[in-house]
Amino acid sequence: MSKVIKLRKGFNINLAGKAEKRLAGDIIPETFALKPTDFHGIKRPKLLVNEGDTVKAGTPILYDRKMESVMFTAPVSGEVVEVKRGAKRKLLEIKILADKEIVYETFPKKSVSDIAGLSREIVLETMLKSGVWPNIVQRPYGTIANPEDNPKSIFISSFDTHPLAPDYDFLVKGQEKYFQAGIEVLRQLTTGAINLGVNADAEVSPVFSQAKNVTINKFSGKHPAGNVGVHIHHIDPIGKGDIVWTVNPLGVIQIGKLFLEGIYDASKIISLVGSEVKTPQYYRTYTGACINRFVEGNIKSDNVRYISGNVLTGEKVEKDGYLGYYHNMVTVIPEGNYYDFLGWLKPTMEQPSFHRAFGLLGFLNPKKEFVIDTNTKGEERAFVSTGVFEKVVPMDILPTYLLKAIMAEDYDEMEGLGIYEVIEEDLALCEFVDVSKHDVQAILREGLTLMQNS
Amino acid sequence: MKALREFLDKQRPHFEKGGKLEKYYYGFEAAETFLFTPNHTTAAKGVQIRDAVDLKRMMMTVVIAMIPPLLFGIWNTGYQHYLAVGEDPEFWKSVGLGLQLVLPIIIVSYAAGGAVEGLFAIVRKHPINEGFLVTGMLIPLILPATIPLWQVALATVFAVVIAKEVFGGTGMNVLNVAMTARAFLYFAYPSDMAGDVWVYYGDKQAVEGYTGATPLALAQEANLAEGVTTVQSTFQSSWFGDMYEPWHLFFGDIPGSIGETSVLMCLIGSAILIATGVGYWKIQVSVFAGAFAMGLLNNAIGLNPFMEMPAYYHLIIGSLAFGTVYMATDPVSAAHTETGKWIYGFLIGVITVIIRVFNPAYPEGVMLAVLLMNVFAPLIDFYVVNANKKRRISRATV
Repeated sequence: MSKVIKLRKGFNINLAGKAEKRLAGDIIPETFALKPTDFHGIKRPKLLVNEGDTVKAGTPILYDRKMESVMFTAPVSGEVVEVKRGAKRKLLEIKILADKEIVYETFPKKSVSDIAGLSREIVLETMLKSGVWPNIVQRPYGTIANPEDNPKSIFISSFDTHPLAPDYDFLVKGQEKYFQAGIEVLRQLTTGAINLGVNADAEVSPVFSQAKNVTINKFSGKHPAGNVGVHIHHIDPIGKGDIVWTVNPLGVIQIGKLFLEGIYDASKIISLVGSEVKTPQYYRTYTGACINRFVEGNIKSDNVRYISGNVLTGEKVEKDGYLGYYHNMVTVIPEGNYYDFLGWLKPTMEQPSFHRAFGLLGFLNPKKEFVIDTNTKGEERAFVSTGVFEKVVPMDILPTYLLKAIMAEDYDEMEGLGIYEVIEEDLALCEFVDVSKHDVQAILREGLTLMQNS
Repeated sequence: MKALREFLDKQRPHFEKGGKLEKYYYGFEAAETFLFTPNHTTAAKGVQIRDAVDLKRMMMTVVIAMIPPLLFGIWNTGYQHYLAVGEDPEFWKSVGLGLQLVLPIIIVSYAAGGAVEGLFAIVRKHPINEGFLVTGMLIPLILPATIPLWQVALATVFAVVIAKEVFGGTGMNVLNVAMTARAFLYFAYPSDMAGDVWVYYGDKQAVEGYTGATPLALAQEANLAEGVTTVQSTFQSSWFGDMYEPWHLFFGDIPGSIGETSVLMCLIGSAILIATGVGYWKIQVSVFAGAFAMGLLNNAIGLNPFMEMPAYYHLIIGSLAFGTVYMATDPVSAAHTETGKWIYGFLIGVITVIIRVFNPAYPEGVMLAVLLMNVFAPLIDFYVVNANKKRRISRATV
């Protein structure tokens, strides 16, 4: 049966602007975009559509020449209105003007009982073609899974402990059927177990607690207790040469729906949160939605930052930017582009801090919901090992040493210190608490890229 | 504030690339960031919010934790003087004299070290590091009040250059910078760092029989003197009888370096460091444990009076407490791994007592113990890290 894994390390950042558990309705903005930059490791994207083409939801838009079988498809039907490129003609966004009524590409429809009898080849073919495949992310490296691999296990985390993260129980409500179907599909792809991590500190939605053919593991603790990387580390750690796949529960549902309904349904519930949002709540839309319709008239001031994703691992987007493929929230917080007189000395109750250094009194008020802006609150300095990294990573990993090994480009050390077990989100808290203000996640990605190319 | 900000904004172009004072950019940066936390915002990718802490605030916390020993040291410097010359050691008179003696040392230490830091920042093109806020205060606290100021300057320059800057600056040094300064003086100018240097006499004479000896020196004497049976009896026969009672040793109104005599004040500092999470409690606990354990072992063997001295005396005489709280816990030169911290601290305690008891040439062992373990800390970490790697490799299949 399931066991509870207690995690003592970690840190919850209690931010203002939590979403009320209410679905405010469907919002279908005019445009949607597929951003190749959302996926790690797309090397040589090959575009399959031109401006002016019409596409259906599920029509292939591009693929990576390095892994030709995986199609990236349109989330909605409509007309390709712009292919935005950056420096060196790098593909940034493929924008689609959405139809009022979404038209879907059709894929073979199966019944629940059929799925168990499907061959791996057929499962793969449908998944790869339809656009649901990128939901499967492999460890190590956090890249899109290679369909030719046989992972030793598959991990799904049913809760998100990031600041202001949406409540998955709310997102998946009523989707039992599709979730279970998705699990059955995934079972065809691995000879190992399918592990579902659930939150031991809260009530668990029946979608997860009553899922069959999965191993349920309970995790208790502060953020990053919900990170799938932490679950893998404690249940089935990744060693050299191992491959584990991870899927978000919403991805599982998408996969299930593909087989039961025969369509690529990129619809999802997202939350609009953050201290600068007037009414933080949930909306239904599609992957890659332009955020302008959500934030219009719903923001308290002009000097704000729009983030696709959460405040620890998300990405800054413009007011008319697009929701990332893996993101199911938009966070809006104040920009911190101001000078603060003697800011390093002033005592404050208004700022949360993992540290309790002189004057940082935020810890006195553990229930307080903080408003944090994007100011770095200090300048970049030399690495000083303060020992805090180790206190926010609930794994048997020494982040300081790992990061130093990456900076020294020492491959053996990186491997020995467990670089295969982590991706950016697992060390995001290190970046937050870092006294010397280093870009820890960027450093880690450099190391992962080095290992990948070695 | 606005005027100040505008002034800085106006000056900024001169220091930026292409400006005529470009060379001094990091000097400007230091001054600017001291006055204003900069308007930098987080990158587009990665964390969008940052913890309110920065290196300046961390270092400031340590400086604040050093205030109790500093204030006590200022008073004690004056107090010891008046006691020695046979005058009434009034409180404010003592503080006044203490300030007169201690402030110049602090100013010289900060000025000399700051100048070297600034020079290196400009030449090596790196930001001025805040670590010096701490070092500049630590150095005066571990020197006798009678130290010539030029020696303070020389030692500070030596320590900052040789112990820190040659390794690349803050965060990369192997040895504790302040301890290096003290070790430099100790070996270069022993006559100013040992013997009857702990009390300032001025142009007055000490009263008859007064030696100004530290408890450690007395303990050594007990070993050499004939017919003496215990260290305590040497303490008692020394001038001003109850001066070396355990309570006074703990409270710290005894001769010694400026800031290190009072165990009580160090414990207050320790409480600040531990409560703020800046100083490692593991190291502090393990140093005391190590010293006490070694003291007990000495008692068990008991070949001479110093070995027979009650183990707890080791915790309150000399500068073990100061060294533990402010030196051993230096995050850069200490062991970095959690297991390593226990070993590192324990060995500092053990080695301190060994040097004290078995080496009459060095009355105080903390300085050398800390420096020695600074050198060994990477080795300790190496084995702890290797153990971590082995756990990982043992489950690998390929």
